[in-house]
Amino acid sequence: MTHSDGIVRPKTKRSKRFLESRAPKPIENFKNGMIIKGGNTSETVTIPLRILFVIITTQLLHSSQEKHSRPFEDSTALEFFSKKSDCSLFLFGSHNKKRPHNLIFGRMFDFHVLDMFELGIEKFVSLKDVKKDKCPEGTKPMLVFAGELFDTENEHKRLRNVLTDFFCGPRVSAVRLAGLEHVLHFTALDDKIYMRSYKVLLKKSGCRTPRIELEEIGPSFDFVMRRSHMASDDLFRSALRRPKGVKPKKKKNISHDAFGTRLGRIHMQKQNLDKLQTRKMKGLKKRKGEIVADATADATPPKLPRTDE
Amino acid sequence: MVATVLRVKRCLLRLRKTRPKSLKVLRFKKIWISNLIRVHLLAFDKNRIDTREFKGNNREDLLRSLARENTQLLINELWKLPTERVKDVIVAKLPEPTTPLPREKPLPKQKPPTKWEQFAKLKGIQKKKKTNLVWDEVHKEWKRRWGYKRAKDDTKEWLIEVPENADPKEDQFAKRNVAKKERVAKNEFNRLKNIARAQKIKVPGMGLAPTSSQSKSELAQAASVAKISNASVGKFQQNLPKEKTPRNTGIRRKFQPVIGDFGGERQKQLDLLKLMGSKKPRLDITKAVNKQMREEDMDSSDKKKKGAGKKGRKGNMSGKGKGNFKGRAGGKGKVPKGKGRKPPMKQGKR
Repeated sequence: MTHSDGIVRPKTKRSKRFLESRAPKPIENFKNGMIIKGGNTSETVTIPLRILFVIITTQLLHSSQEKHSRPFEDSTALEFFSKKSDCSLFLFGSHNKKRPHNLIFGRMFDFHVLDMFELGIEKFVSLKDVKKDKCPEGTKPMLVFAGELFDTENEHKRLRNVLTDFFCGPRVSAVRLAGLEHVLHFTALDDKIYMRSYKVLLKKSGCRTPRIELEEIGPSFDFVMRRSHMASDDLFRSALRRPKGVKPKKKKNISHDAFGTRLGRIHMQKQNLDKLQTRKMKGLKKRKGEIVADATADATPPKLPRTDE
Repeated sequence: MVATVLRVKRCLLRLRKTRPKSLKVLRFKKIWISNLIRVHLLAFDKNRIDTREFKGNNREDLLRSLARENTQLLINELWKLPTERVKDVIVAKLPEPTTPLPREKPLPKQKPPTKWEQFAKLKGIQKKKKTNLVWDEVHKEWKRRWGYKRAKDDTKEWLIEVPENADPKEDQFAKRNVAKKERVAKNEFNRLKNIARAQKIKVPGMGLAPTSSQSKSELAQAASVAKISNASVGKFQQNLPKEKTPRNTGIRRKFQPVIGDFGGERQKQLDLLKLMGSKKPRLDITKAVNKQMREEDMDSSDKKKKGAGKKGRKGNMSGKGKGNFKGRAGGKGKVPKGKGRKPPMKQGKR
């Protein structure tokens, strides 16, 4: 690939294909994410990182970064890695005296940090500590957010959006009902966020919808909110912009009745009855020599004076 | 999304009024469950959580019961969705997503049209798909239309007939090669011009484009560019005999004398103020006429496009044939008439 004037031009077919795969598309692929271990980490951070790597169903890369990278102070390194690996979600783990057991959930837009939230781990129960049957890997989890704060506080609202982005898994058009067996439950209370993960047991209830029982399978976290960085409304709005063609255009004047028959409404133009073709007669035929009166009417318009702009 | 804002609060109040307090309606403990965003299998419970209860020892149980209730409601909603059977599995169809999740990259930008695409759109010229393989009469087999091992490959000919009016000593093979190279160069030049136009880079006036024959105006332009291409920007360049100064050069800004026609100046200022004060935009007649003409062209091309399918007798019309497509001459009266009109090609230059 050659770089000139900020334009990357592919030299081979292969690199062209590669660039096309990275180029912005109207309907995007699933977001990739990277899980990054900061310079100093505690066990309370590394194990969750490893576990979240498994839980988050989006494709993830695991990498460890240089010592002194701190996303809140300087995000250039992160942006570089994001561009290099084409990942737009990141989870960064670190541990220091001021902010012990730190996890940063963040996401990118156009390879620049959009939002990130720093959550400190206060309590953590691993998958291994709960001796129960687990869900198969790659199960699309149901997400439940509970708590008033998720509705009232701007920060929590955005955090909800970020967590949805992280955990919602691939976007699908249909879902197998019997396969809904994993729930991630987030509860916001005061400045804490409780994340619990349950296995759903579908029981018979006597009616169509089953009665459910939950069984905790881990991991469970008690997070405390720390710093946050949110995108400005303008930037966020531009990130939410949808392509034009994706939403089907509403067709006017076409309806369907109960049997599926297509009905249309037609607006007719007024018919000119003077020019109506009636019975053809020799006497009414136009002759060669006849001059049509309105032929001169739509001739050249008179030359207009030129005005300066 | 079907935002099921269950306004249960009102319902609950009504129940309380009508029924004794002892009757507990468990299902209505939730005041609201709203924003059920099913595509992400996502539910959202806006209820206030009792902090006092939460501080006790049974926090885990409380969380679990909360989760159970919420999940039950979510599952109830999911079970209401239309289902389908795919390979012995019951599948619920999820509606279009409405949760606004931000994109990871900005929307793709539309490619600006090339000069040809602009022209083709104006004239209603559509792309025609050509087959990749064509029958080669000489080799009696199907060959590619273009590229390596193509049919009717004129580079592989071992003999070329010398045209009657050509110089007999001229190398026809070399001539053909040169012509090809020039065509390629011209195409490349046009490509670069398209790129420049797309990126809104102003390209300096080039001397002469590699074409086989230059028009008078092109030559004049090249000469004028050459004339000012010296260290003094052509200031001391002397005119050739019979040379005309090219138009649209020279002093563009004219300044009025400092003390002069006061009445005229006053009128000018007043006109300007009037223009600025009025809410209606000034009518630029040239621009308006151009716009009108362009629209007419577009209309006629649209009509031609629509009418093309219906006619269906293009092939056997005498004296027309392919010419029908290109120009307005064969247009069978569909193009608006007018003698004094300039052809639409030149519109861009005005």
